[in-house]
Amino acid sequence: MSLLELTAYEAGEKLKSREISSKELTGAYLDRIEQIDGTIRAYLKVLPEKAMEMAEAADKKLASGENITPLTGIPIALKDLICTKGITTTCGSAMLAGFVPPYNATVYENLESAGAVLLGKTNMDEFAMGSSTENSAFFPTTNPWDTTRVPGGSSGGSAAVIAAKEALLSLGSDTGGSIRQPAAFCGITGLKPTYGSVSRYGLIAFASSLDQIGPMARDAKDTALIFDIISGHDPKDSTSVSYEKPVYGEIVKNPQIKGLKIGYPVNFFGEGLDPGINECLQNAKATLESLGAEFVEVELSTIGYALPAYYIIAPSEASSNLARYDGSRYGLRVEGCSDIVEMYKKSRRKGFGKEVIRRIMTGTYALSSGYYDAYYLKAQKVRTLIKQDFEKAFEKCDVIFTPTTPAPAFKIGEKTDDPISMYLSDIYTVSVNLAGLPGISAPCGFPDNLPAGMQLIGKAFDEATLLKTAAAYQTVTDFHKKMPK
Amino acid sequence: MLKESTPDITPEEVEHIAHLSRIEISEEDKIQFAGELGRIIHYINKLSEVDTTGVDPTFRTAPIFNVFREDTPRESFPAEEILANAPEKEEGCFRMPRIIGG
Repeated sequence: MSLLELTAYEAGEKLKSREISSKELTGAYLDRIEQIDGTIRAYLKVLPEKAMEMAEAADKKLASGENITPLTGIPIALKDLICTKGITTTCGSAMLAGFVPPYNATVYENLESAGAVLLGKTNMDEFAMGSSTENSAFFPTTNPWDTTRVPGGSSGGSAAVIAAKEALLSLGSDTGGSIRQPAAFCGITGLKPTYGSVSRYGLIAFASSLDQIGPMARDAKDTALIFDIISGHDPKDSTSVSYEKPVYGEIVKNPQIKGLKIGYPVNFFGEGLDPGINECLQNAKATLESLGAEFVEVELSTIGYALPAYYIIAPSEASSNLARYDGSRYGLRVEGCSDIVEMYKKSRRKGFGKEVIRRIMTGTYALSSGYYDAYYLKAQKVRTLIKQDFEKAFEKCDVIFTPTTPAPAFKIGEKTDDPISMYLSDIYTVSVNLAGLPGISAPCGFPDNLPAGMQLIGKAFDEATLLKTAAAYQTVTDFHKKMPK
Repeated sequence: MLKESTPDITPEEVEHIAHLSRIEISEEDKIQFAGELGRIIHYINKLSEVDTTGVDPTFRTAPIFNVFREDTPRESFPAEEILANAPEKEEGCFRMPRIIGG
């Protein structure tokens, strides 16, 4: 069996028993990247020397038997908006092409002390704005299942590295679907955690009330292992929450879902959903029922308003967050300007791509004098209604079952001229961010040889039930084991 | 489904928004963004259908309000590390173009 076939869980067991070394495993992944990333283009930066050094350090830990975690010696990748000290962090933007952070994000600090091995930084839509990774200022990433198609976005690189076996685990970020949608497009498992459950310290901000870092992996079991390491309170992030954390890696070991109540929002399965994906979801529903879960109908009537509310709130927050990129202290500066306003304007026009400019301008418009009540405040009120809809649904069920995306991965270039049709690929995922809830996407079939994803939405801080349900599903299905050629 | 609509935004308004956003735009950009922003704003206007009378806004979802800590001195970043990414620096400061006057 090739080293690349092992899941993170399996590799961890073999590392612990010293059947394999982290240097062998890391070497196998670096070879794979060398061989295939010219086609997939998932990495913005690969770190062969650093990775081998970290692997050697992990092997020493494993030999001594001290400070070993399930991730010791496991090769991982990070989306390029997670700050890594001394390693370029670009956020997929020309604005930050040469930016070298002076500190580490908390999630990376945690992974480093757990003994994980960093292979590199992955491609993304610029400032996480997009659903296809085509908005990267550097190059687009391809979908490992069909390289004429997009991997989804904005965490497209972090999804593609898992599907193409270029990393065992990765981290992405999800503001409106940016972990779950690419996970669905690439046939992998991706978790958007509850707002506040994972520190955002060192995450380059897009929309601060919605952004959340989360794991991407081959299956729910691997997802649980890395979630154990990255979740929990961080004093450096004032929005991170102190909560009672179970050991997620234990919860997925022998997952039982007998008696679990699963909410089924009928209106998510109607018009606009690809028939092939719907068929996969109906089969998944039957599988979950065969495991003892009980489906109950729930109503999420405000879903139609989630996307327009999102496209007010997210750009508004972005227009404020991205004001810092003005050519003054770091990032791109256009030289030779006669005064400071000219420098701001020229630097921002040159440093930002079209979609980022569209969103900053949309947000500026929504927040501008005379429009605040009609747009921003109105959207935050609609957000309350969406949150209440979920609260009501969760009186009747433990998790909610929906599609992750309305259709499978689209062709490269297909939606680049039409921002709104691109926005619509997040229709089933954005409401979860608005309500601050956790959501997981897991592969559930291959209509027309492209992966389809099912989404499970949970109560706040109840990632355990999501991981358990997905893990139970994966004990009796093998969609998550299918890998592109 | 989305209906085709005439842009709600004029190139002059685009120019104003771009100025507020501190982004330089060309004549060509103005026309392109007027069309695109018009369609986006038409789309988000869908919210006007929702009755939100008496509904409080949700600005944040985490169950946290104020977070306090002791005001004790601690080590910060060394200035040279922070200045390492500066486009232009001089004597331990960020160097900027002229701000006031001519």
